[in-house]
Parts: sequence; structure tokens; C-alpha cells
Amino acid sequence: MAAQESTSKRTKSPTTQDEDVPASQIDTSVLDADVDAILDEIDEVLEENAEDFVKSFVQKGGQ
Amino acid sequence: MSVHRIMGIETEYGISVTGQPSMNAMVASSHIVNAYASLVGAVGATRPRWDYELESPLRDARGFDISRADADPSQLTDEDLGLANVILTNGARLYVDHAHPEYSSPEVTNPRDAVIWDRAGAVIMHRAAHLAQAATGMQFLLYKNNTDNKGVSYGCHENYLMRRETPFTSITNALIPFFITRQVFTGAGRLGRGQDGSSVGFQLSQRADFFEVEVGLETTLKRPIINTRDEPHADPERYRRLHVIVGDANLSDTATYLKMGSTAIVLAMIEGGVPEILGLMPAQPVREMHAVSYDYDLEHLVALERGRSMTALEIQAVFLEAAWTFCDGPLGIDEQTKDVLVLWERTLDFLNNDRAAAAHTVDWCAKLALMEGYRRRDGLSWTDPRLALIDLQYSDMRSEKGLAYQLERRGSLARMVSDDEVAHAVARPPRDTRAFFRGECMRRYPDNIAAAAWDSVVFDLPEAETLLRVPTMEPTRGTAAHVEHLLDRATTAGALVRLLQGDGAAPE
Repeated sequence: MAAQESTSKRTKSPTTQDEDVPASQIDTSVLDADVDAILDEIDEVLEENAEDFVKSFVQKGGQ
Repeated sequence: MSVHRIMGIETEYGISVTGQPSMNAMVASSHIVNAYASLVGAVGATRPRWDYELESPLRDARGFDISRADADPSQLTDEDLGLANVILTNGARLYVDHAHPEYSSPEVTNPRDAVIWDRAGAVIMHRAAHLAQAATGMQFLLYKNNTDNKGVSYGCHENYLMRRETPFTSITNALIPFFITRQVFTGAGRLGRGQDGSSVGFQLSQRADFFEVEVGLETTLKRPIINTRDEPHADPERYRRLHVIVGDANLSDTATYLKMGSTAIVLAMIEGGVPEILGLMPAQPVREMHAVSYDYDLEHLVALERGRSMTALEIQAVFLEAAWTFCDGPLGIDEQTKDVLVLWERTLDFLNNDRAAAAHTVDWCAKLALMEGYRRRDGLSWTDPRLALIDLQYSDMRSEKGLAYQLERRGSLARMVSDDEVAHAVARPPRDTRAFFRGECMRRYPDNIAAAAWDSVVFDLPEAETLLRVPTMEPTRGTAAHVEHLLDRATTAGALVRLLQGDGAAPE
């Protein structure tokens, strides 16, 4: 239902998503379905010994 | 009406010191702030302190009134509470708040600038960590997140200037349902449920589990969805500063932009008395805040007081619909407001229909996509420590280690402001708020500023026996348009003060 509402609103909008939009920045052309390629890159930077690393992240209170 | 209003973001960063888990957090945070203070030359006895004095002075046409402060300059070598504090040339405040280094951005007038000066804060923190390491030999790790997943939370607060006359009940009536449901695009994602993260499961928000009441004054315990702190840092007769504490610290530019922009529009609708956004109050707000955050399928039905049940996306669609009607009136709509509305609409559409597309702009979707990728590829269970590491490392401020930065570099997470814009904002203030006056005074006359705050700059002039406090109670004044010509003419702080006092030539 929400999807339908959104669709109907787009027609109300004075713009379409094809024009202007300097900052909206959702460029679906960079959509990258190759998640595995991302994971391979992340494998390279992930901290070693995940369990100890996460355990040692202990904070004191904040706002 | 529009997204334009005075706003700012204050972010407490998570901090740890490699190999020294028991290091005092205030000491570690002080190393960060002091290291950056050394870089910008604010060291030792000359470092301007934060001006805690509050006055309600008269203003002249430019928004200034010169008053003589009572303090003796010899008292000013002491730092307040001994905690590190720097006022930066970009108008921001970098200091130790509780047990975290905090960057409070300068006041800006629009969501895009909020992104730029918030991102400048991340650059400053990263640089400060490097400097602290060089100074101490210890490695400081900073995280732009909101919980250690062990029971502690720290905030990323938004501030919005509002008209004083707006009834607070209308603010709470509209904002509680808005805040509960905006989590669908503001959430930074969290693996773990409950304040100590002991229950297994992903959720949208870093912060949601730490909210326990609907309205209140606290920020560190019994946190309220609506914070009632009434400290406008401006003329209290005219203004209220809405202090928003429910938000997550976002890594995605777009998420920060949409968070600030959509909230600013909702505030304009509240001030404008738009009826469509009332009547959405959940029957059990705190419980729904948690339930919406836990529901990453976005199917949970929020039970409203009036008996209806709607999903978070449906409630957001009501706000968006009202916002289009309200903003896109006969007088037209400004570019950035239109941009925010288009983005808001598209983000809700993506969340409904295309989660992979949403992962390019919504932090929790990006984070969840990584976790689900690892689960699929390596057969990890939700309790695998590598997934907890992804949760944490997503917000690592080191450019080479931070996973959000990694995603940005490969174009998987959208950027909307350039490195050049951010680099400029590290050093320079926004030109269209009083932060311009504060930041430029810090840059041009660093040796003659005894103290500063959001609503004042205190000068210590060699020719004056006492300190001179220049109140800046009006956030929309002290802009480049108001004072840049005076600053350009004044080669010394004393000359500036005389120009502000109207001595010498006429300023305009």
C-alpha cells in the first residue's frame, strides 16, 4: 500500500527522478550486484581475530 | 516552507586504544582533542576557553552588543573542569564530553551544509587520532557509531532552531511518530538486541534500545524520545533549540542529508500547523520504537492510539505526502527542499521494493547486505564474531579500515559532497550563520580570543583592562554578509572591536 502511495505522489511531484537532482545521488547505474567482489575486498581489511577485537571495544557512558 | 533553518550535528565518537583496554576513556579522549589543539595552535595558557556565561544582552542592528565581562584574565589560564576543549576556525567545538571525544558542528542553514561540516568533523577526528599517536606512541581507534554493544550508548545529536511560540505538545505529537518511523532511513544498523546486545539479531538502529521514556530532560539515562532540554543558545524569547537525541550517527552522506532534511521539513509543518501529521501517535511509543528497529523486513504494524495500524513506511508516506503539499505551494519550492523530497520519496520506494538499491544510501541496508553476503558465502551464523566485527568496523574512522569508506571508494555507498568541499569545511566556517564570526575570529585573531561559545566571543585585548564579551545571540547574524567587510578592515582584534562598537568609520 505504501508503495502505491509513493507512486501516486511521484506523479504529483514537480520533478521526476530523471532530471536535476544534484544531491539525491541515488545513481542506480552504480548498482553492484557482485556482493562477492565487495566481500573479497573487505576480507583484506577486516581486523584479525574478530572475537578479541570486538570484545575489547568497551566504552564508558555517553549522552 | 523549506528545509532551510539553523541546524547542527554533535557527534560523540567511540574510542579505544590498541592494546590498552583499561585506559581511562577521558584521558584517551583528551589525547585526541589536545593533539588537534596542538595542530591548530591552540595550546597552553593561550587556548581560548569555552564561555559558559549566559547573558541576555541588547543587540544592535548587526546583532552585536559589546559588554564588559567581569572575569580577570589571570583566571583564564585554567581550563574548565580540566577537560580538553578547542574552538575551531570552522566554528565547531571539539572537546571531551563524558568519556568521548565530541565534535559539535558549526551552525549551518541547510541539510547539505550539515553533511559537509559533519563530514569535516570525521576528517578532524581522523587527523587528531594520527596526531595523538605521533605524540604518545599509542594507537587510537575512533568509531562513528553509538554503542559498544555491551550496554553503553553515546549520541549523535541534532539541533534545530525553532520558533519559541510553537506549542511543545504539537512538537511531541508529530515528532514521536516521525522519529519512531524515520529509523527506516536513519538507522545505521546494529547486530545485537537489548542494550547490552546479548540477544541475537540485526536491527535498524544503533540507538533504539537505549530509549526508555517518551519525553524528558535526560540524555544519559532513561533517555527520552523527545528531549526537553531548553537551552536555545540564542534569544530565548524568540527561539527554542530542539535537541534531538534519538538519531544514529550516519556514515552515509545521503542518510545524514535525508535525516536533517526530512526532520527540518516536519518541523516546518509543525510550526505551520499542518493537521495531516497529527493523529499518528502510537499507542505505545517506546515499545514501537524498539519494534520498528527490530523489523528489518519493514512489515511490522505500529498500533496507533486512534486504533489504526500502519507500517513504518506507511507512516512515513503520510509525512511525505503532507510535506509535498506543504512545501510545493503556489510560491514554488526551492531546489534543496525539492531535492530532499524527491530523495525521501525515492528512498521509501527503494525500501519498499529494492533493498539492494537502498543499500547505496541507507546505512543499515549497506551493513546488512555485507552481513548477509558473509553469511551466504561463508555459512556464518548470526553469532559469528566476524559479523559483529563488520558491525563495528563499518564505522571505523580510518580511511583504509572503515568499511563504509571502503564501500564509498568502490561506489557502492553514494557520496554527495566532495573531498574539496569537506577539506574547506575543516578550516573554514559556513558563511551564512554566526559561526562565520566565531570561526573567522579564531582564525584571524587567535591570540586575542579569551573564550567563545555558541552565543559569544570574548576578546582579550592588550589595550583593555578587562575582557570584552561580544554576544552573538542571533544565529542568523554575524554572517559573512554582516561582518566580513569589518573583519577585512580590522588588522587587529582591537580594531575589530572598535568597528563593532561603531567607533571609527561607519561599517556599512
